[in-house]
Amino acid sequence: MSNSDPLKCDLLVIGRGMAGMASALFAVNRGLSTVQVGMTGEIVFASGLLDLMGVHPIEEKKVWQDPWAAIDSVVGDLPGHPYAHLTQDDIRASFDEVLSFLEKEGLTYCREENYNSRMINPLGKTKTTYCVPGSMWGGVKALQKKSPCLIAGFRGLGDFSARQIVETLQHQWSDLRAAQIPFPDTDHVNELFTGDILAQSLELSINRKKLIESLRKHREDAEVIGLPAVLGMHHVGEIISEMEEEIGVPVFEIPTPPVSVPGLRLNDAFVRGLSAKGVKHFPQSQVVKVHREKAEEFVAIIGHKPAQHTILTKGIILASGRFWGRGLYADRHRIRETIFDLPVYQPENRDKWHADDLLDPGGHPVNQAGVETDHLFRPLDSSGKPLFRTLFAAGSILAHQDWMRMKCGSGVAITSAYGAVKASLQLE
Amino acid sequence: MSDLETQVLIIGGGATGTGLARDLALRGVQCILVEMEDINAGASGGNHGLLHSGARYVSNDPISAQECRLEANLLRQLAPECIEDTGGLFVAVEGDDENYIADFPLLCSKYGIPVQEISRDEAFEREPGISEKLIAAYLTEDGAIDPFKLSLENLAQAQSLGSTFLQHVKVIGFEMGKNRIEAVHVLNAESGQERLIKIDQVVNASGAWAAEIAALANIPINILYSKGSLLVSAYRLSQRVINRLRPPSDGDILVPGGTVSILGTTSVRVDLLDDVRPTIPEVDLIVDELGEVVPGLREARYVRAYSGVRPLIQSQEAGDDRAVSRGFAVFDHTHDGLENFTTITGGKLTTYRLMAEKVADLVCEKLGVSSPCLTLTEPFPSAKKGKWTEPGLSSRVWLKEHASRKPILCECEMIPENVIDDIVGNIRKENITPSLKAVAARSRMGKGLCQGTVCGTRVTSYLYEQGIFHSDQGLANIKEFLDERWKGERTILWGEQLIQTGFKEALYCGLLDLEL
Ligand SMILES: Cc1cc2nc3c(=O)[nH]c(=O)nc-3n(C[C@H](O)[C@H](O)[C@H](O)COP(=O)(O)OP(=O)(O)OC[C@H]3O[C@@H](n4cnc5c(N)ncnc54)[C@H](O)[C@@H]3O)c2cc1C
Repeated sequence: MSNSDPLKCDLLVIGRGMAGMASALFAVNRGLSTVQVGMTGEIVFASGLLDLMGVHPIEEKKVWQDPWAAIDSVVGDLPGHPYAHLTQDDIRASFDEVLSFLEKEGLTYCREENYNSRMINPLGKTKTTYCVPGSMWGGVKALQKKSPCLIAGFRGLGDFSARQIVETLQHQWSDLRAAQIPFPDTDHVNELFTGDILAQSLELSINRKKLIESLRKHREDAEVIGLPAVLGMHHVGEIISEMEEEIGVPVFEIPTPPVSVPGLRLNDAFVRGLSAKGVKHFPQSQVVKVHREKAEEFVAIIGHKPAQHTILTKGIILASGRFWGRGLYADRHRIRETIFDLPVYQPENRDKWHADDLLDPGGHPVNQAGVETDHLFRPLDSSGKPLFRTLFAAGSILAHQDWMRMKCGSGVAITSAYGAVKASLQLE
Repeated sequence: MSDLETQVLIIGGGATGTGLARDLALRGVQCILVEMEDINAGASGGNHGLLHSGARYVSNDPISAQECRLEANLLRQLAPECIEDTGGLFVAVEGDDENYIADFPLLCSKYGIPVQEISRDEAFEREPGISEKLIAAYLTEDGAIDPFKLSLENLAQAQSLGSTFLQHVKVIGFEMGKNRIEAVHVLNAESGQERLIKIDQVVNASGAWAAEIAALANIPINILYSKGSLLVSAYRLSQRVINRLRPPSDGDILVPGGTVSILGTTSVRVDLLDDVRPTIPEVDLIVDELGEVVPGLREARYVRAYSGVRPLIQSQEAGDDRAVSRGFAVFDHTHDGLENFTTITGGKLTTYRLMAEKVADLVCEKLGVSSPCLTLTEPFPSAKKGKWTEPGLSSRVWLKEHASRKPILCECEMIPENVIDDIVGNIRKENITPSLKAVAARSRMGKGLCQGTVCGTRVTSYLYEQGIFHSDQGLANIKEFLDERWKGERTILWGEQLIQTGFKEALYCGLLDLEL
């Protein structure tokens, strides 16, 4: 046991994905002493785009321009959806708070407050989303105007083909051109690079100079240039400004499949900013056991000996994610919640988990499985009552939402975190 | 387009059809082989890959048992590159039928099938994973055979000797003359184009579809369809083929192949041949049954399940399942009034060569060709066309070729750019449009743990950059490829593999909006 054990706090946040990060932010901003624990979350795989609500009903593939109307519609049709526990004011306030925090951490986000935006993705499809990293905003504008545009990929960045994007989009955007250029100083290497390595190397000005040089040659009559999202790890804003100045046209980033640099940037910004605000982190460690000490307190054991810690907390937000985050785990017969063994809403057997087609428009029933809560985001027992007064759940572990099809992943994470923190203050 | 003409038209590009094409080509007979889908689209791509020693059939089908023994020995000599000579182990556990166990070695020796009893200790030493409840163990000569390599090599040699392969070409009707078929109507599934092929002889080697084809000539054949399902584990789980020592039943066999193992099988009657897929109860049955022999299988990770259909030929007289033979049948339709039409169906992968020989003998007799069968003595030339289907080969080659290494496009199976180039080149030589599905069918692409998550986008990007994909073809290609993977994934999604699929869906639906 370490010296400070047991560590006392107001709120323990379990999870380091978007919902965990947002929970810790809202809690610490409201003066709660906050501890956050968990493995690096799915956030590092995130594209960087923050979806609020895009598609409903999913089986009709109905895409909404207005996310607020989409939320009203989904709540009307699916009263169990996490958005049903929130007011529009709460949703707006939660996004404002996260975006201004990220802005201070050097990650600017852009949006049309009342509308969704469209951004191109690496398959050459256009994706509906809500908040777009500042580095990608030029792409939203260029797509709207169909400006003459050069999309350049790097030889060696295997998951991104400029030619694929251009060929696929050409029927709706004729002034689009592709180039594949070597990444500075990689001619001799016969390997594929992941985005993070390229992003790190563009933090060096010598590499940027060479890249700018070759983009100048390829620019021709393009009025805007799109590149894979690897334009620096920590200084993306400055790097893009420098490139725009030297090349003379706007430059924007396009999201890539993982490893996703914008996801890493988000993770860095949260980790940095939350520590500065005094959130205590136990990164790369798991909650191994939780029990109740007195009526109003939880004791959580974190990590394994000898690096084990005991935490005494008044409340817990469970933001441990789904299968991938390991908040849920399935054996051949049933889906469990991994820390409290909370009741999990789920289809009656494995045969009903998945549809016959991966891309079935209706989505897979297993994706609607998860933890059901009351309006204060408290997990319910089998009789429909909150299990504990101060245990909350937030993010993708929540039942009755299919974030991948509804395009509401970040939205559900951020807003349910907000709802959970607000509830915990209310109950104090 | 001008009409085609050939001496022999073979229907069906499975082990039997491709084996027959090679056999005939070696006798100097030119043929056209038509396959409605891709090579091994039927049972030849949906089986266990077990090179039978014959031991499994000693109690209920001694003829098959002896055929298997002879043929397996021949293939070991003539086509060693298609075979992994793992050896077999028959094991019984507490509760298994003692009489059957006692009879087993006697029956084996009666039919000349080598077996050797071993002690408990030796069994555990050889296969540490087997159950503590072991009560009897016998070494046998079973092995693993790669059916894709086998068919691709058979085909390659037939083509090199002047035969033609038409893929995605379906036989849809016959042009009848007096007592014979004059020509065959075929439809190209890709182009929608119909053609007429003039023929001397037609061989129906369409496996489970044999009755459908015969019906086109108004000839009834009674066939029952028995679906069998199999599971592929993420890792290799035994050194030898492990076979439950009991009367053949569901979930009896574990076959290793390269870096994985295959578990099977089931026997479920089906009425239709399209969209045959494994079900969750079948998957659970296989895991539970084989788990009694190798308990670790209950906790193992699986990457796929798939199914094949066995055609069970019903004798005309008897109507019940017991009269159904698992051996093969050659129908000379001269007896039905068509002198140049022959059907071959049933049998096993292990006996495909013998089946091909029997039909080729008959067809040559009809053609008046007297050259003898050469597949009995002629080794495979090893055209290496099938080589990229072998688990683990691509990574071994990649590791060896230090200096000239190319970037890896499929990380699970370590497939570099130059292997993809090689496969695309071969596909083009076969006059087929390169697609992700076709590349995957000829390699290990998408067959590893991630089941196409990474290589799906990566190979697509690469094929665009190489100028092979155009316009928005990539979208349809990825969908088709993922769909094919999904058929095999749906029933095995729990534990780690469910987590993996979550990632796949997050990428393709969450970010890439492929479902919209
Ligand atoms: C579950 C299962 C497990 C098995 N395990 C083993 C084993 O471990 N060892 C072993 O030795 N054997 C095994 N077998 C048996 C073995 O797989 C088959 O005997 C063998 O593959 C049959 O090959 P085939 O070429 O006769 O038929 P198929 O492989 O079915 O070939 C027939 C082909 O004809 C094509 N076709 C059909 N209609 C048309 C048309 N109208 N026009 C053009 N083409 C058409 C089909 O697309 C198909 O590709 C197994 C079978 C099953 C089902």
